[in-house]
Amino acid sequence: MYAQQVDTGSKSLKTLDEMGPEERHFQEKVNAETKIEPKNWMPDGYRKTLIRQISQHAHSEIVGMLPEGNWLTRAPSLKRKLQLMAKIQDEAGHGLYLYSAMETLGADRDEEIEKLHRGEVKFSSIFTYPTLSWADMGAIGWLVDGAAIVNQVPLQRCSYGPYARAMIRVCKEESFHQRQGYEVLLTMMREGTDEQKEMVQDAINRFWWPSLMMFGPSDDNSPNSAQSMAWKIKRHSNDELRQRFLDQTVPQLEFLGCTAPDPDLKWNEDTGHYDFGAIDWQEFFDVLKGHSPTGIERIQQRKSAIDEGRWVRDAAVAYAEKQKASAA
Amino acid sequence: MAEWTLFEVFVRSKHGLNHKHVGSVHAADATMALENARELYTRRNEGVSIWVVPAAQITATAGDEKDAFFDPAEDKVYRHASFYKLPPEVDQM
Repeated sequence: MYAQQVDTGSKSLKTLDEMGPEERHFQEKVNAETKIEPKNWMPDGYRKTLIRQISQHAHSEIVGMLPEGNWLTRAPSLKRKLQLMAKIQDEAGHGLYLYSAMETLGADRDEEIEKLHRGEVKFSSIFTYPTLSWADMGAIGWLVDGAAIVNQVPLQRCSYGPYARAMIRVCKEESFHQRQGYEVLLTMMREGTDEQKEMVQDAINRFWWPSLMMFGPSDDNSPNSAQSMAWKIKRHSNDELRQRFLDQTVPQLEFLGCTAPDPDLKWNEDTGHYDFGAIDWQEFFDVLKGHSPTGIERIQQRKSAIDEGRWVRDAAVAYAEKQKASAA
Repeated sequence: MAEWTLFEVFVRSKHGLNHKHVGSVHAADATMALENARELYTRRNEGVSIWVVPAAQITATAGDEKDAFFDPAEDKVYRHASFYKLPPEVDQM
């Protein structure tokens, strides 16, 4: 979700017998649910896959601050502004926990951020959509953070210790995000004007499908899942998590008094799940390639934040050196 | 970020408890590391005290957890209270 289509670099799964002694020992530990820690031996592919996934996850948290930052100065009340600022600060924190986890694998933070800016690595498809109204803040908190939680809860049991521990912290904070988003929408639906209620429905219409796409391609088009699952980086398939999210979200949607932009969405007595319409995967692949104007703008914003903040970092280093010199 | 130091962060969550490792931060110096750690790890009253230690200053055991390093503790069952069987009359001790 925050990390989509993570390449594992492996074409087929090895059996324990096909592995050398080190890899076999590693896989047996993973199978026994023993966490892998930074200093333990691990296959190259496992290390590279985790760096790709965690960096993409971290980039998404950081880029995810931008659509919300767009509404900070126009939040409808001081209370909403404070809540939104707290949420955005949490996203920054999540990005930092994740970059730290990534660094334990030997990856360099500056280098990985450079790769993002050069367009060599991705951030989540969800942040390539513009935030057009205040109701989008509610829809993002409720749907986007809601989808993130469904994805991140199993990641707390990921085989790589530092990633799993970062996820535990993230999940603790994330539920506030989802509740505040839902409350924004509920307040607009209960106390708002007709125009404000329309804004809620419009935001849901725009964020509904992109939220479902966050879980990544369908299982039959997800070539890296088997390896990620064998390594216990991933615990559930994309479709399974997507269904879980949908099943818990539809009743909340109905309680809001809104509808989904999906004529095929209906409860299925036989399966005990909601059926839903076909996802436009072309749109997903297009936005993931960074072809959307908003996606391009997000990267430019990230770059200029780094470039324009350089003097602050330089000043901090100069100050630290001066303090050290005067203490000596 | 490369020119900044990596600090490991330890937080005491409540008075009377020990400091526990929670993660790391980058900072230009130790004072800034404390401030960054406060913003990153104690936004919701998670701590009453923070330690920051330059990561490079930490000496750690290497390799797998079932290392020979820990072998000496393996075969000394008599160091555990449960090794000593007491008659039922004595019951708890």
